[in-house]
Amino acid sequence: MTGIYIHIPFCIRKCPYCDFYSLPSDSGTREEYTEALIKNILMYKGRNISADTVYFGGGTPSLLSVSQVERIISACAEAFMLDDPEITVECNPDSTDREKLSGYRQAGVNRISFGIQSAQDCELGFLGRPHSFSQARQAVYDAFKAGFENISGDVMLGLAGQTYVSLRDTLDKLCKMPLSHISAYMLKIEEGTPFDCERVKNSVAGEDELCEMYLQTVEFLEDRGFKQYEISNFARDNKISRHNMKYWRCCEYLGFGASAHSFFEGKRFYCPSGVGEYICGGAQKNVILEEAPDRTQEYIMLGLRLSEGVKLEKLCALAGEDFSRKFIQRSRILEQNGLCRIRDGAVSLTPRGFLVSNSIICQLADS
Amino acid sequence: MHSKNIRNFCIIAHIDHGKSTLADRILELTDTVELREMEDQLLDNMDIERERGITIKARAVRLTYHSDSGEDYIFNLIDTPGHVDFNYEVSRSLAACEGAILIVDASQGIEAQTLANTYLAIEHDLEVLPVINKIDLPSADPERACSEVENVIGIPAMDAPRISAKMGTNIKEVLERVVTDIPAPSGDENAPLKALIFDSYYDQYKGVIIYVRIKEGHLKAGDTIRLMAAGAQFQTVEVGYMGAKDLVPVGELHAGEVGYIAASIKDIGDTRVGDTVTNAAEPCSEALPGYKKVNPMVYCGIYPADGAKYGDLRDALEKLMLNDASLSFEPETSIALGFGFRCGFLGLLHMEIIQERLEREYNLDLITTAPSVIYKVNLTNGETVFIDNPTNYPDTGTIASAEEPVVNAHIYTPSEFVGNIMELCQDRRGSFKDMKYIDENRVDLHYVLPLNEIVYDFFDALKSRTKGYASFDYEMKGYEPSRLVKLDVLLNGEIVDALSFIVHEEKAYSRGRRLTEKLKENIPRQLFEVPVQAAIGGKIIARETIKALRKDVLAKCYGGDITRKKKLLEKQKEGKKRMRQLGSVSVPQEAFMSVLKLDD
Repeated sequence: MTGIYIHIPFCIRKCPYCDFYSLPSDSGTREEYTEALIKNILMYKGRNISADTVYFGGGTPSLLSVSQVERIISACAEAFMLDDPEITVECNPDSTDREKLSGYRQAGVNRISFGIQSAQDCELGFLGRPHSFSQARQAVYDAFKAGFENISGDVMLGLAGQTYVSLRDTLDKLCKMPLSHISAYMLKIEEGTPFDCERVKNSVAGEDELCEMYLQTVEFLEDRGFKQYEISNFARDNKISRHNMKYWRCCEYLGFGASAHSFFEGKRFYCPSGVGEYICGGAQKNVILEEAPDRTQEYIMLGLRLSEGVKLEKLCALAGEDFSRKFIQRSRILEQNGLCRIRDGAVSLTPRGFLVSNSIICQLADS
Repeated sequence: MHSKNIRNFCIIAHIDHGKSTLADRILELTDTVELREMEDQLLDNMDIERERGITIKARAVRLTYHSDSGEDYIFNLIDTPGHVDFNYEVSRSLAACEGAILIVDASQGIEAQTLANTYLAIEHDLEVLPVINKIDLPSADPERACSEVENVIGIPAMDAPRISAKMGTNIKEVLERVVTDIPAPSGDENAPLKALIFDSYYDQYKGVIIYVRIKEGHLKAGDTIRLMAAGAQFQTVEVGYMGAKDLVPVGELHAGEVGYIAASIKDIGDTRVGDTVTNAAEPCSEALPGYKKVNPMVYCGIYPADGAKYGDLRDALEKLMLNDASLSFEPETSIALGFGFRCGFLGLLHMEIIQERLEREYNLDLITTAPSVIYKVNLTNGETVFIDNPTNYPDTGTIASAEEPVVNAHIYTPSEFVGNIMELCQDRRGSFKDMKYIDENRVDLHYVLPLNEIVYDFFDALKSRTKGYASFDYEMKGYEPSRLVKLDVLLNGEIVDALSFIVHEEKAYSRGRRLTEKLKENIPRQLFEVPVQAAIGGKIIARETIKALRKDVLAKCYGGDITRKKKLLEKQKEGKKRMRQLGSVSVPQEAFMSVLKLDD
């Protein structure tokens, strides 16, 4: 079953830590872009492709009007065979209200992901977020009242001024809200962003502190019933993000919109156009990044991000017995050092292992 | 041309005193190279030479000079290296010449290495023609430089040409003096062929090319030659002389001339620099004296970073040895580094140059172990062994006494730096012998120093303590008893043989500490904590800990952009490939190198 990703590269203003493609927009551009998306989606009509997730990511997808979201979803339903779909819209607390959220709900959206980031206004100020915590909390309750049962909140670790105490307070407040899902990301200073300067680098948490914050977050959330299922993702009542799981389980997904990525029919490709070009028909210009990606490497790289880990049976089928044997041998050394578990025919990383997952992947993928 | 119109000469100068620049000017003035072809420092055609501004290999070129007297002369200019490590190359060049131009910097005077090379020239019976260069500098003092030449070397110099090679001033005078002062070659053209090999290199198409000085007789293409020491015979395919840029074939080479021979020689082992070439049909009765064999003073292990390149490394070393007879090597194995070679060098600069040439000219990635000198160890059973590889150092229990090589070192310096230099020499376990004034401002400091104290970075230390003004020369003195210990390095509890070295007892603790610190800096954090220890005979004397890696993760996968993450991991994997896996520890090349620079 395919996943559908809709990229909305518009923001009211750019957050200083973000290196993702997004730009300011007016309502006219958003409308033209919506039309281009719909046209692009409808190209797949008649190919009998089943899909079970639709994900509006950004940027700030909540800048789209209810009607725009509704028309895009309708186009998806027309082009694809939608089967009990999970339909997510990423929202910024400052660009939604109860009316819009109700409208989204009625349009078929059943999952909202809020960029909350912190329960401390000074930390939000550091991030340059255009909302306060009380606004964010209000937005979550609005969504809940609008009938959403699957609401996710993002938090960030390692912010300037953040302490273990303020972090616990943030997590505590989030857990008390009607959230079913939390994504907790460690702040990463991306090259070329306004945050990429000495002043910011000196004010954020150091590596050791950041790692400690991460480990505490995992423990705290698990205690409150949010089970970790991926490096940065936690879900209550098994309400994991079905869409994101497609990336990590090497499933197919089709991306629509400027700079959206796809993995479809065995190929990885993306749309190199900017918004202007996309509106003028740039959707046609997909660039293939990989014709036939190495499935073993991808399975290890992505599987080790998940708590379910790499299943040895599947690895054996992909890479053969010799490789799997070496894979386990190397994993054993990691297990002795508390970095992974070998259990129920799968190798999975512990939270400490997640923290060094790149190095571990390099080691194990070379088995 | 008659041999009375031939002049064979070389140029002796300290680094930076302007030898290659003068050579360039001479090439220009004799129209050997057209101006549009002129590149600065034409004779230094190795990249490393141009970058470092030094001459590593001797090189030869023939030029035609139309003298003031109206006669034409053939000049064979043989370029020589100035650094002490390359004395061997210098003596090769000298053997092919009748005279030498001695360049002295008008602002700096005579330097230690110039002196050593000039004495070498005088030993070879060469006519030395002093030239005072850089008279264009504001600080130039040509009179003082002349009197220094007279006082220190003891040759007349008051009428020495005063020139500026850079500006092209008075170059003509130098050429006239070459004609009048340097003797024409002697040697019977009708005697059996007797030619000295002074250089050789491998050409992909022509095979080995030998550079020769014809001492007696003559040689033409088609002649069958015999290499007397090697006992091998070849048919000559081509003979000629060295143009500034290319080899120029001629019909015949005569006594007194300098030229090259191509004879489809495939085995580089056959041509030894210093060997005598004669005609197989009409051989000469005895070979030329050849060269004094030079013994390497410094050894190190050289390993390919990628073990599969062992064969390539061997080929490269064989080819390099062909035109650098002072290099020696033999296979060795290391538990840590696999298969490689123990290589012997004349000095530290020589070692660096060879490494760089291997990496650049042969495209190899290398790991080098710490340089070692040859220690003499007297065992309790009465045997004496010579150790050039720390790994082979005998157990303490079997050693009766140990000796290390020491050198006579002369340091020429402005007198204001004497205090700094004495401090340095004392720190390097030197013993003061003598101090002489060269003139009112400069002194010659004589120390006996252990060689293992200077193979590391003595030269750099000396330069930095004297603002670059001191120069330094040394020669082997012999062996002296010493209290030596072998220092081992343990990573994660296991000895890394490639990091062991031999050191004086008194210095063991500080070196051990420094080394463990350096390794900690240079080995990246691993997935586990790794102890780094220095030990003498099982006793730990220093310890550092490389903490476990804490964070190396991509927290977010934006919008399914998997390829971006993949690229990052690919890059990481590439980096890992360049490291050596020692047990469970990945060690980068730089860590092995860090042992070389413990004092900065």
